Amino acid sequence: QFEEEFIEKKEDLEKLRNDGVLLFQQVPMVEMDGMKMVQTRAILSYIAAKYNLYGKDLKERAWIDMYVEGTTDLMGMIMYLPFQPADTKEKNLALIIERATTRYFPVYEKALKDHGHDYLVGNKLSWADIHLLEAILMAEECKPDILSAFPLLQAFKGRISNIPTIKKFLQPGSQRKPPADEKFIATVRKIFNI
Amino acid sequence: MSGKPRLTYFNGRGRMEPVRWLLAAAGVEFEEVFLETREQYEKLIKDGVLLFQQVPLVEIDGMKMVQTRAILSYIAGKYNLYGKDLKERALIDMYVEGITDLMQMILVFPFSPPEEKEKNLDSIKERATNRYFPVFEKVLKQHGQDFLVGNKFSWADVQLIEAILAVEEKIPSVLSGFPQLQAFKIKMSNMPTIKKFLQPGSPRKPPPDERYVETVLKVFKK
Repeated sequence: QFEEEFIEKKEDLEKLRNDGVLLFQQVPMVEMDGMKMVQTRAILSYIAAKYNLYGKDLKERAWIDMYVEGTTDLMGMIMYLPFQPADTKEKNLALIIERATTRYFPVYEKALKDHGHDYLVGNKLSWADIHLLEAILMAEECKPDILSAFPLLQAFKGRISNIPTIKKFLQPGSQRKPPADEKFIATVRKIFNI
Repeated sequence: MSGKPRLTYFNGRGRMEPVRWLLAAAGVEFEEVFLETREQYEKLIKDGVLLFQQVPLVEIDGMKMVQTRAILSYIAGKYNLYGKDLKERALIDMYVEGITDLMQMILVFPFSPPEEKEKNLDSIKERATNRYFPVFEKVLKQHGQDFLVGNKFSWADVQLIEAILAVEEKIPSVLSGFPQLQAFKIKMSNMPTIKKFLQPGSPRKPPPDERYVETVLKVFKK
């Protein structure tokens, strides 16, 4: 379980900066175990390791890292989409779909096919599986049938979504946030002057 | 098969340079294959050796590793440059991520249009002196130790010395307000493995020039 503090106005971010709690003046910031952690990847790596979602040895960690970096690149494209100039949106959306279906999803489909296990790495749930599910759901919001050529990813999606903790997170009332809407975009633009 | 790691990338810094730094700092010898033509790149893709059709590629310990962060994390873990526990690793990760953001600005600089170069250079200077270097200056001042984390040489130190030198190439006086970083730079430069890497004839690559930019654009053109 976790608590959340929301930045709604520029003053909120400025106060955080003035209080010296943002190492590089940036959010996300996660306070845990006595640390004020910043930098998303650092935060995620810490959580993964702490809760045994990072493989059993260095090599499994290497595979998890590689897979996560791939899904991060894909989700990065989707994350920036609402902030791109309006006249490039269509082209960028097409690129996301192309990358998802020709560069990223084939890799995970093949990984699952090659070993036949339920999870991407080491036959055990890891950060890589959670990240991939998130990426799949975000990509489906761009194009609902984006998994049509990936039967194993479809099965993967069903399986991982049914893990009790994840199932709970996917239900209304959880802390999961909705896709970026006009209000969210406007708030971010205002706070960051972009 | 020599057993040494084998790096595949352009004959230039780009995204592979931090890997060269880290391997060198760890005292690990490596081989390099240089990407020079589009055909070479297409062959790598066709042969299925690039997980996401991208370089850098590092063949190490039987794995064809891609994604710079994954590669660097693996090397750091393998050669004990990743702290002694989870919390030290967290600090190293935070510092490395910050430095990577600064290095990203330097990485893309040669590819920016001429009319934007001055503005981009100003941004690099601003971020280095106002956002990133003050953090590490403060860390070193507060604990008074030689290394950033855990009083022991780590990936974070290697990343920082690389960044300091890269920024100084563009802005020679950039460390003028940072006495701790000046001392850090000297100490790190004198560590035997790093000293060797900083000498001529090492695998360290020179700053990007026009030929490098042309090669990259040619290989990646669609």
